[in-house]
Amino acid sequence: MYTIEGKTGKWELVIGLEVHCEILSKSKVFSGASAAFGGEQNTQVSFIDAAFPGMLPKVNEYCIEQCVKTGMGLNAQINKYSRFDRKNYFYADLPQGYQISQLYHPIVGEGFIEVTTADGTRKIGVERLHLEQDAGKSIHDMHPSKTLIDLNRSGVGLMEIVSKPDMHSPEEAGEYLRQLRAIVRALGTCDGNMDEGSMRCDVNISVRPVGETGLRARAEVKNVNSVRFVMHAIEVEANRQIEIYENGGTIKQETRLYDSENGETRSMRTKENANDYRYFPDPDLLPVVLTDEYIENIRKNLPELPEVKKKRYIEQLGLPEYDAGILTADNETSAYFEAAAKGHDAKKVANWVMGDLFAYLNKECLPITKSPISSENLGALVGLIEDNTISGKIAKDVFVFMIETGKTPAEIVEEKGLKQTTDTGAIEAIIDEVLAANPDKVAEIKAGKDKLKGWFVGQIMKASQGKVNPAMANELLNKKLQ
Amino acid sequence: MTDLVNLTIADALDLLNKKEISSVDLTKAHIAEMEKGRVLNAFITETPDLALEQAKASDEKRANGSTLGALEGIPIANKDLYCTKGVRTTAASKILSNFVPPYESTVSQKLKDAGTVMLGKLNTDQFAMGGSTLTSYFGVTKNPWNLDLVPGGSSGGSAAAVSAGLCMGATGSDTGGSIRQPASFCGVTGIKPTYGRCSRYGIVAFASSLDQAGPMARTVKDCALMLGAMAGADDKDSTVADMPVPDYTQALTGDIKGKKIGIPKEYRLDGLNEDVQRIWDKGIQLLKDAGAEIVDISLPHTKYALPVYYIVACAEASSNLSRYDGVRYTTRVDGNSLDEMYENTRTDGFGDEVVRRILLGTFVLSAGFYDAYYTRAQRVRRLIYNDFVDAFKQVDAILVPAAPTPALSAEDMKNMKPVDVYAGDVFTTPASLAGVPGLSLPIGLSQNGLPIGLQVIGKHFDENTVFQVADVLEKMANFDKTPHRVKG
Repeated sequence: MYTIEGKTGKWELVIGLEVHCEILSKSKVFSGASAAFGGEQNTQVSFIDAAFPGMLPKVNEYCIEQCVKTGMGLNAQINKYSRFDRKNYFYADLPQGYQISQLYHPIVGEGFIEVTTADGTRKIGVERLHLEQDAGKSIHDMHPSKTLIDLNRSGVGLMEIVSKPDMHSPEEAGEYLRQLRAIVRALGTCDGNMDEGSMRCDVNISVRPVGETGLRARAEVKNVNSVRFVMHAIEVEANRQIEIYENGGTIKQETRLYDSENGETRSMRTKENANDYRYFPDPDLLPVVLTDEYIENIRKNLPELPEVKKKRYIEQLGLPEYDAGILTADNETSAYFEAAAKGHDAKKVANWVMGDLFAYLNKECLPITKSPISSENLGALVGLIEDNTISGKIAKDVFVFMIETGKTPAEIVEEKGLKQTTDTGAIEAIIDEVLAANPDKVAEIKAGKDKLKGWFVGQIMKASQGKVNPAMANELLNKKLQ
Repeated sequence: MTDLVNLTIADALDLLNKKEISSVDLTKAHIAEMEKGRVLNAFITETPDLALEQAKASDEKRANGSTLGALEGIPIANKDLYCTKGVRTTAASKILSNFVPPYESTVSQKLKDAGTVMLGKLNTDQFAMGGSTLTSYFGVTKNPWNLDLVPGGSSGGSAAAVSAGLCMGATGSDTGGSIRQPASFCGVTGIKPTYGRCSRYGIVAFASSLDQAGPMARTVKDCALMLGAMAGADDKDSTVADMPVPDYTQALTGDIKGKKIGIPKEYRLDGLNEDVQRIWDKGIQLLKDAGAEIVDISLPHTKYALPVYYIVACAEASSNLSRYDGVRYTTRVDGNSLDEMYENTRTDGFGDEVVRRILLGTFVLSAGFYDAYYTRAQRVRRLIYNDFVDAFKQVDAILVPAAPTPALSAEDMKNMKPVDVYAGDVFTTPASLAGVPGLSLPIGLSQNGLPIGLQVIGKHFDENTVFQVADVLEKMANFDKTPHRVKG
């Protein structure tokens, strides 16, 4: 169990995450305006998004479907009846003066995410997922005295996914977030890009001495925008709270802001001066009522979830859990891997993808979709090793040529004459040559120093420029030495 | 020419179709009347040039045999709560006093599509909050029957303009009686249709779960014609019913023999105004004479309607009016911080009654009070709804007064306590909360010569029966709706 050692003893962490995921959808949740990221300021704003008089929201049914899909990915209860509520507060980038959200009847109820850390696999509870609209953006640094408003984001659909306070270490929280990101990416319901703000995380943290069971006052740390920052913010905030407790202080429930540059959290507002949001059902919108048929139809067409895919990789393809986890982290990687592994040894393909290919892509900062080696060609490369056309060693060189030329491995092997020698006579000739050049070592082997055989195989490979099949070389060498 | 302003819409359509008059003639006559009637202060914005342009276009359509709208060439006016593209829309407030919408409300668009000509934008209580037009930033409208009296409200500009012949019909909107009460005060006819019958898109919102657009005109048939053009499904408003709109004029059969008309005992208030009681009794007698069966019924939760209405309507209003914050299109009054700007803008931009209702609504929704007020009000609203549903198992329509008094004097009303003013909505708020249609039509005069209207309430989406009953009542009452015309 993860604990922090304080002056007075060991402390345990209690962590819950509220994650806002921007829904992948062409248009906003209550208007027809584009929901695309990165347009020029205030160019994707309808009169509804800007809350002009008499404008009414109209729910985008695709966003509902996206929430249902995500709910299924979270192994959660899909609520057949949900409803929208207004969360009232004034802010310059909130045109309506309220956010349309779902407080009382969210579209998705309780579920869980399976999270694997060094301590094993645990189910982290999900409290709910609700659908709401995003606010616009206030830009404070473009004018010395004015705040500028960009409403492009105003009205973009958000799924707020609230976990239970089930996590107890930064690692666990980080893994939950990674897993959640993998799920929404696999389902195509959110692009999961934390750096673009399409996935944002608020962290609720409290601490308690090991052995205590109740929950102490928590801090809500706002807008922590990477997995690494979430883990760091938890550590920093937990230590701050422990220090206060150990110096005889108390923790007030409050909202804090994470400052990644200075590695600290700062108070934003305390509970006493928190807004009274005056939630009430939005009279402009009808309740969302889903039929069993609608839900089942979505379930039938649901893409394979990362967790299911991972199990399949382990059970059916025989991959180690570690490999399966990495290859299922996102749809693009798993799609590449599966295409490459078709008809080939999965473990060998996994090694090539996670080894040489990832190393190259990381170095060049390329996503797997931009890989210069197609999945088919990588599979073919493994195929050439499998049918003894080339050795693993030669394959490394072929791989480099493939990157440079984009050609198929067969073409490269042909052009460069890298085909493995399987002609027994030719191999025997090379062996004879090597043995003749090293009579002293031959004598040593005959005297019982068996280990030297390996050295001979190496020499044979070298003499053949790697083109001899090592297994054959071994076999023939043994015969000769008998 | 003067005769043109006394025509009903139905008669005018006849003459237009026979080419005995043109839309330009009709429109010019009404523009002249509108100018003479300025003493009434019925219009916030007059659009005579636009009207003439539309009238000309309409005449051309008629001349060259194009397909005509159901109200082709008829000059009307819109309550200034309806957003009209390119024409200032103020909601009778200071905060929107310079707002020119870049879009058209669905209902006013439908009326345009039906061929109507728009003379201008009519006065109302500020954000439709009031029953007198006294809360308008643009001053009170005068009642054409007596200039010292209010026309009622909030659709007071609409009622006064229709009564005085400044336009042939007008749009109104009704949240808790805002069509039916001014219709009664000014001796005109107006219907609040079923909630969900007309789109709310583009109408400045007061209380979303209650707001409903409706027509005001001088006859039941004219209202039927107008509502037919205004109602119907709208993809932009999810609360509109996706139901076909019948030809309401077909319901005007003139025969209500055997129809069961309910008279709810809870509306017989102690100390009810004698004139109102007399007119109600008269209406009941007329229906009997027409062969209808009068049935005593009970709507047991009626007495809670007024407080429930003010909780629900204010709660929704407090949230609906948050958008008028000075950030985007409203008149802004700067401050040293964002909060100060909000405070300055909203203090300057909203009148006292609007502020009062925002505060009331904010209070009933706030933590610790929400359940006691809002949640409870919603539960009682359901009971009131059930009252009507149960009653309509017994009867086809219900007849009650539209307002507890004839029109009141503006001076007296200024000195009334807000709660006493709110009590004026006692007969209209129950149908609003239940969402059922209610039509108000003039039946007779008070002893002081002021019009008094009665209200015919029908089942959800059964405007047909409402029109049918009201049409018979209108013919039998034979009310002379011409006020002492105001000539300026």
